[in-house]
Amino acid sequence: LPPQFHNLQELRQSPSLATKVFIQRDYSEGTVCRFQTKFPSELGSRIERMLFEDTVKTLNTYYAEAEKVGGQSYMEGCLACATAYFIFLCMETRYEKVLKKISGYIQEQNEKIYAPRGLLLTDPVERGMRVIEVSVFEDRGSSGSSPSSNVSSGISQR
Amino acid sequence: MQQLGVAEPMRECEYSQISTRSSTPMETPYKKRTPKKRKWQAFPGRNKFYCNGRIMMARQTGVFYLTLVLILITSGLFFTFDCPFLSVQLTPAIPVIGGVLFVFVLGTLFRTSFSDPGVLPRATPDEAADLERQIDVANGSSSGYRPPPRTKEVVINGQTVKLKYCFTCKIFRPPRASHCSLCDNCVERFDHHCPWVGNCVGKRNYRFFYMFILSLSFLTIFIFAFVITHVILRSHRQGFLNALKDTPASVLEVVVCFFSVWSIVGLSGFHTYLISSNQTTNEDIKGSWSSKRGKDNYNPYSHGNIFTNCCAALCGPLPPSLIDRRGFVQSDTPLPTPPTNGITMYGSTQSQSHMAAATPLMQSEPVILTDEASLPGRTSLGGPCSGALPLGGQPTPPTSTPNLSCDNGMLPLRNDHSEALHHHHTDGVHHHFLTPEEAPSPPGMLPCGSPLGHSHTIQGFYNPASQDSLHEDSVRGLVKLSSV
Repeated sequence: LPPQFHNLQELRQSPSLATKVFIQRDYSEGTVCRFQTKFPSELGSRIERMLFEDTVKTLNTYYAEAEKVGGQSYMEGCLACATAYFIFLCMETRYEKVLKKISGYIQEQNEKIYAPRGLLLTDPVERGMRVIEVSVFEDRGSSGSSPSSNVSSGISQR
Repeated sequence: MQQLGVAEPMRECEYSQISTRSSTPMETPYKKRTPKKRKWQAFPGRNKFYCNGRIMMARQTGVFYLTLVLILITSGLFFTFDCPFLSVQLTPAIPVIGGVLFVFVLGTLFRTSFSDPGVLPRATPDEAADLERQIDVANGSSSGYRPPPRTKEVVINGQTVKLKYCFTCKIFRPPRASHCSLCDNCVERFDHHCPWVGNCVGKRNYRFFYMFILSLSFLTIFIFAFVITHVILRSHRQGFLNALKDTPASVLEVVVCFFSVWSIVGLSGFHTYLISSNQTTNEDIKGSWSSKRGKDNYNPYSHGNIFTNCCAALCGPLPPSLIDRRGFVQSDTPLPTPPTNGITMYGSTQSQSHMAAATPLMQSEPVILTDEASLPGRTSLGGPCSGALPLGGQPTPPTSTPNLSCDNGMLPLRNDHSEALHHHHTDGVHHHFLTPEEAPSPPGMLPCGSPLGHSHTIQGFYNPASQDSLHEDSVRGLVKLSSV
C-alpha cells in the first residue's frame, strides 16, 4: 500500500485541510443514534465505498448496543434507582463504556484506513452526536488543489 | 502500534483529534502560558455552573431554593415534633420510612436540578457553514434577507415528522428536541422547563424528575397522614385545642402538605400517563400525536405497550452529557467566523423576542416554535398541576414582568426586554399555561445569583475557537465525559 501519509503523525505534520465532509444523523428509526450510510460524493475519490460504509455500519451497531433497552440496562436502572442514583457517582454507565469502545475503534480505523488516504474521522461524541466529521486533507507532496489529482500524483511519485 | 518514519512526536499539530500515545503533557509548553479555561466558562447557553462545572442549573434558581426550603422545613418539623410522639405511640418504623423517603426526595431533586438535561452543543462553524450551504443549494436563493424557516421531513415508524432548524444553535433539531428560550439551549427529548427544580427537564434527567415528584408525593401523603394521626391521638387525651397548643408545628405541616398533595400528586399522575404513552409534556400540550389531528396520527416513539414504555423511560440507558463541562478549552487559532454570524445574532435575538409583527414573515415560525417549546410549564392538566408547592394562588398575574428583575445586575436590558415581550406573547396565546414558567421567581425571594455561580447570560454567540477546541480534545484517545 503506497500511502502518501505514513501514519497519523505525519498527517498532523502538514495539516493542510482541504475540506470537511459531514455525515448526518439518520432519524428514520426514531431518536436512536444512527448515522446515514449513504456514501458522500466528496469522498468518492479518496476512499472505497465499502470501507467507508463498513465503518459507519459498525459505528451504528455500537450505538445500538449502547442504547439497547434490555436486561442489562434494566438491572442498571433498577440498581441506580434503589440507591437514589448515588451509584452513578462511582460507577460508569454501560453507555459510557460503549462510547470508550467506539473511541478506540475510531482511532484504529483512522490509523489503519483513513490516515493513509489523507482522511481523518472525528468521534461524533465531540460533535454532540450530530455528525461524523470527516476531515479531508490535501496531499502535502503535491501542489494540486483537487483531492483526486493529489491522489494520483501521490501514487505516481511513489 | 509503532510509528513509522517519524523520529519524535510532532509538536505543532493543529488537528490532533486523535491522540498520540506517545505524547506527554510536557510536549506543548507554549500552550500552557495562557491560563486554561474550562469549557463551562465558555458555554454559550444561559446556564449557571457551580463547583467548577460539576453542577449545572438554569439562570433563575430562586424557585428551586423555595422548593428546597419547603421540603426541608416541613420534613424537619415532622422529624422534630411529630416523630418522637409517633415512634413511641405507634412504631419506630415511622421515622425510619420517613427518613428514607426524605433522603430519596432530596437525592432525586439534586440529581434533577444539577445535571445536564441533555443539552445539545451548538454547531461548530464548519458544520454550520456546511448546513447553510446545503440549505442554500436546496432553496436556490441568496437574497439579502433571511430565507424562509428551514425544515427537513423524516419518516419515523411510518409517521412523518418535521425537523426544524434552530437558528441559535445552527443545527437541525433531532426529533423530540426543542429549544428552551429560558436556558437558550436545544435540549434533547425536551419535556419542559421546570422553575421548581431550577432546570430544564429533558432526556437525561426526566427519570430523576419523575422519581422526584413520585417520591415527593409519597412523602407529602406520608407526612400529612401521620401528622393528622398525631393530632388525633393527642386530641383523644387532651382535647383538640390543647393538642394543637402542644404541637403548633403540626398545623403548618398540615397546611403545607394539604396544598402540596393536590398539585404534586396530580403532577405525578400526569407524568405517569406521559411515561406510559411515551410522550413529552411538550408533545402532549401541542397535541402532536393526538388522534384529533387526523385518523392516522399516532405516536411513532411509543413501544406499543405501557410496560415497555415505562421501562424504557425509567430503566433505559442513561446517555452521558454531550457538553463536557469540565474539559479544558484549547485555544486554537480562531477559525474565520461563518458568514451567517450577523444573521445568527439577528436570529437568536428574534427567537427570544417576539416582535412577530415587525419581522419579516419568515422569522415568525421559528419564533413561535421556540416559544411554544419553552412554554409548557407544569400545567397541562389544568387542574391541580399549576400551583405545585403550596403557594396557593400563584402570586404573579400574567402581565407582570418585575419578577424577572431578580438578576438585574447581571442581565443587560436586552434580555429583560425580550423576556418581557415573551411574557406578553404568551398571555395572548397560551394564557392558561402561563404561570410558573413565566414567573420564575416570586418577588422578594432569595437572590437568584449565587456568589459561586459564573453565569453566562448574554453571550449567546459562542467563541468559534472554543467550539473548535472540542475537536482537539479527544483526551488522549479516550473521551472523558462528565458522569452527571
